[in-house]
Amino acid sequence: MTVDVAGSVAEDRVAVASNWKLVWWRFRRHHLAMASGVLLIFLYLIVVAPDFFATQDPERTDARQAFIPVQTIRLFDDGRLAPWVPAIVGKRNPVTLRMEWTTDPNKRVPVRFFAPGFSWKLFGLIPTSIHLIAPVDPNQRIFLLGSDRLGRDQWSRIMHGTQTSMTVGLVAVALSVVLGVVLGGISGYVGGRTDQVIQRLIELLQSVPTIPIWLALSAALPRDWTPIQVFFAITVILSLVGWTTLGREVRGRFLALREEDFVLAARLAGCSRMRIILRHMVPTFLSHIIATSSLAIPVMIINETSLSFLGLGIRPPAISWGVLLQEAQNIQTLALAPWLLIPGLVVIVAVLAFNLVGDGLRDAADPYSH
Amino acid sequence: MALDRPTAPADSPPLLSVRNLRVSFALDEGLVRAVDGTSFDVMPGQVLGVVGESGCGKSVTMRAILQLVERPGRITSGEIHFRRRPPSGGGEDSAETVDIARLPPRGPVMRDIRGGEIALIPQEPMAAFSPVHTVGDQIVEAILLHGHRWQDGGRKLTRREARDITVGLFRDVGISMPEQRIDAFSWQLSGGLRQRAMIAMALSCKPRLLIADEPTTAIDVTTQAQVLALLRDLQARHGTAIIFITHDLGVIAQMASYVVVMYLGRVMEEGPVDDIFHAPRHPYTRALLRSIPSLYGETRVALPVISGALPHPFNRPPGCPFHPRCPDAMAKCSGAVPSLQPVGTSQLASCFLHHDAVEPE
Amino acid sequence: MTDTVAAAPPPLLEVRGLQKFFPITRGFLQRVVGHVRAVDGVDFTLAEGETLGLVGESGCGKTTASRCILRAIDPTGGSILYRTRDGRTVDLATLAPRDLLPLRAEIQMIFQDPFGSLNPRMTLLDNVGEPLLVNGIGNRRERADRVAELLRLVGLRPEFMHRFPHAFSGGQRQRIGIARALATNPRLVVADEPVSALDVSIQAQVLNLLLELQARLRLTFLFVAHDLSVVRHISDRIAVMYVGQLVELARTDALFRRPQHPYTAALMRAVPAADPRVRSGDAILAGEVPSPAAPPQGCYFNPRCRHAQQRCRVEAPALREIAPGHFSLKFPAISINVSSEKDRCHRHLCRVETLGERAFCSH
Repeated sequence: MTVDVAGSVAEDRVAVASNWKLVWWRFRRHHLAMASGVLLIFLYLIVVAPDFFATQDPERTDARQAFIPVQTIRLFDDGRLAPWVPAIVGKRNPVTLRMEWTTDPNKRVPVRFFAPGFSWKLFGLIPTSIHLIAPVDPNQRIFLLGSDRLGRDQWSRIMHGTQTSMTVGLVAVALSVVLGVVLGGISGYVGGRTDQVIQRLIELLQSVPTIPIWLALSAALPRDWTPIQVFFAITVILSLVGWTTLGREVRGRFLALREEDFVLAARLAGCSRMRIILRHMVPTFLSHIIATSSLAIPVMIINETSLSFLGLGIRPPAISWGVLLQEAQNIQTLALAPWLLIPGLVVIVAVLAFNLVGDGLRDAADPYSH
Repeated sequence: MALDRPTAPADSPPLLSVRNLRVSFALDEGLVRAVDGTSFDVMPGQVLGVVGESGCGKSVTMRAILQLVERPGRITSGEIHFRRRPPSGGGEDSAETVDIARLPPRGPVMRDIRGGEIALIPQEPMAAFSPVHTVGDQIVEAILLHGHRWQDGGRKLTRREARDITVGLFRDVGISMPEQRIDAFSWQLSGGLRQRAMIAMALSCKPRLLIADEPTTAIDVTTQAQVLALLRDLQARHGTAIIFITHDLGVIAQMASYVVVMYLGRVMEEGPVDDIFHAPRHPYTRALLRSIPSLYGETRVALPVISGALPHPFNRPPGCPFHPRCPDAMAKCSGAVPSLQPVGTSQLASCFLHHDAVEPE
Repeated sequence: MTDTVAAAPPPLLEVRGLQKFFPITRGFLQRVVGHVRAVDGVDFTLAEGETLGLVGESGCGKTTASRCILRAIDPTGGSILYRTRDGRTVDLATLAPRDLLPLRAEIQMIFQDPFGSLNPRMTLLDNVGEPLLVNGIGNRRERADRVAELLRLVGLRPEFMHRFPHAFSGGQRQRIGIARALATNPRLVVADEPVSALDVSIQAQVLNLLLELQARLRLTFLFVAHDLSVVRHISDRIAVMYVGQLVELARTDALFRRPQHPYTAALMRAVPAADPRVRSGDAILAGEVPSPAAPPQGCYFNPRCRHAQQRCRVEAPALREIAPGHFSLKFPAISINVSSEKDRCHRHLCRVETLGERAFCSH
């Protein structure tokens, strides 16, 4: 006697949908989260190829072109689609003897999309010279978001800063997840004394105030390390302290899952402990981990930004959002060149986007209802 | 033949009268008609048994009677006529009847009825008691709220008096050492004691109607026997009417004098308990009775089963809800919904095998 | 305690003096202050092809005992002698995990909760095929074929194997759980309350399925449940447990016709019959079940027993064979007219003719 499952086509689709599909369908309904997701994808495109989006070499200095204001891009010239930026006109202030720059809307510098500019290497391998935006005259310099006190283009520096900061956030969280899942998993599954030891370690790490820990750890970094080494060291430091929350959560999940019938069924079938953990327990809360992690990334980004802002994280000549914000540290600079605060705006937007996506993911992934 | 069950005098009006009740839940995936036209009466002092499987709407019906249906559910149509307690001094004739379905859920009338005139014994006693208050505290609170039940005249009860009443209630429901147990927390009590405390709380305001929602599902069979005996005893002493909801046909047979059988939100059959068990008319009732293993039948033989499975709430079958699984289904069963009509001397059934009346839309 | 007929084949499972105590710890240093005697000396045998019902109320230890047999938890004492497929007898209680592994395929379990017993992230193919994969049975194609065969066996369409558990109802999930339990061709299946969480009409379907599968595949069932009617319907013999001890063990009809232990009699009297003309559901048992952490002195049942005497409060009785194959945990010198009580009920029963469409058979 076969049992019939009366169903419509829609029911059949749900029946064969894996958990990821169900999560995706639920996530799709959060419009704000979807929009933020698109924004994040765009940001990670920048991470992949920051030079494509830059208009010039971020390291190129020119003391004579310091504190150039924002040259906002306009798309239409007399009704035609011909992007241009206003040219810069400089005047020396007779009293302070300082160059003062203004934009002159009457003098136009035409620019083009997907135009050749300075040469760079895609993935460090493929040489090319195409950029998203470039002036028609390759010798012209344009400053879409102004320049800083050394005459460096802010826009290009922000692009490179995005690459660094977003990568640090992602890698630090990934390391935290690995540490948290492994240590939390062992703690929850094995139990007993191991569990006690790991829990006390977590409590120890959590009770130490974070900022002094970071300061101490990064001050201990040798001064002669290359920016890349510093970069990795900072990432590791951030994750060593940040894994504890996730570790606790994973432990709780493991403790609960250990008592589930399907885990017992796997044991009775003869599964090894490793297989039970990896094949049966972890996939059950993987979507929850991903949701929690996406909410941890903005925290890491802010941590890195703060550290670098204080001069104890990523150091120049490496570029990150925090390094860029260092330039905006005093009132004088701010009064002269308020556009130097724009990296702060980028941080806010990125963090907001991550939080919205994380919220959407968490609502979609958790709980798994029947 | 049938055991003596308390029944009200034949001409007294019903205490509760449900007519064509419909409750729907508007979910993302669609509209779920949890209760789709249910009608039954409860006589004063009678035990009414409501039996059905999951998804039949029995719990939702009870929540509707207490106006406790939560969003996104709401009562879409129907009437719930309840005859209230006559005002002090007046006889039964001066009792007023209200339509609960029309009352605002949080209004003063409904709050007075809830607990004071209709009480609920929920399924999970652990969930019904607050874990941070002692059981005595919660009952004292209820008594003080409905103080006028215990006290004629305007004087309010003192806390001391309410506590004494609570001790008396605990003793009534058979809880040993009531003075100590009053100060216990619900999680300190065993399952049976908790259920008794729950009954004490339900009775604390002398309700005229008690709704027991699967009160013995979560407890052992010997404790269940004790709780059922207690309910029978209390009912005989105070004349409370009880609506007893369960899926256990044995409990229904032992407790109820009148039975309502529900399936997918509609009443399939209702009638006196002896008729339902010994002369069932509806194919669903018949199939249900056949499919349960009893202590007295043949062992290790295949039980006659109801074929198929309960349909998904969004996939309600057209016409009679039972027809896809009915061994006696006819062509007209998928076209129209049969209405509840009298069959036999005192039973009602909604089945085209016995009548042709169709439910109006 | 030996089997009565010497020529019968040796039993598949022989449990002797099974004990499981859980320590109660208190204080910062986790000192052991006592024990919860969840299983307190249980003896029974299980012949191949039969169904033994293990029945009792909450806290009696039936679930713990069944988990000890499966070695899901390790027993504190006693022996569990199991006769393997190749004829050896091993003691499951003391077997090292390494030696236990190959035997896992022979002893499987059906769970109570249809919603928690299947991994929600794996398809039916993965869930049911897991025991095959882990035991290295067959390649991918063969496993898929076997899963299809198993699904057909339990009454589900094989093409469902690519669906996930959330697409199925409780009764269907229970069938899937049964299919998984049968994947490795086990000889002994422990069914832990397999129908308690199902609707009444679905219970009958699953019970029929279990009976059919037992006949077809020559399975041996240890059926743990609290519902006496269900246990009676499916078991050849029934063991009644109370506070960790086995109080009565007999063939089903003998147990119901002539229960020897007062607790068994009280239990039967307490079950409400689905017939308003039969008086049942009697609460003749007062008081509460004692805690297994602090059981009474002497016979555990004595505080609630109507027939208790001085000896019962002091001495603990042993399991004695009252009639061939019928064991009870009480002092035989004390005569209890348990049977006459039951007969009175039963005589009342004989007057009833039909219930629905089914006729009673009088004994």
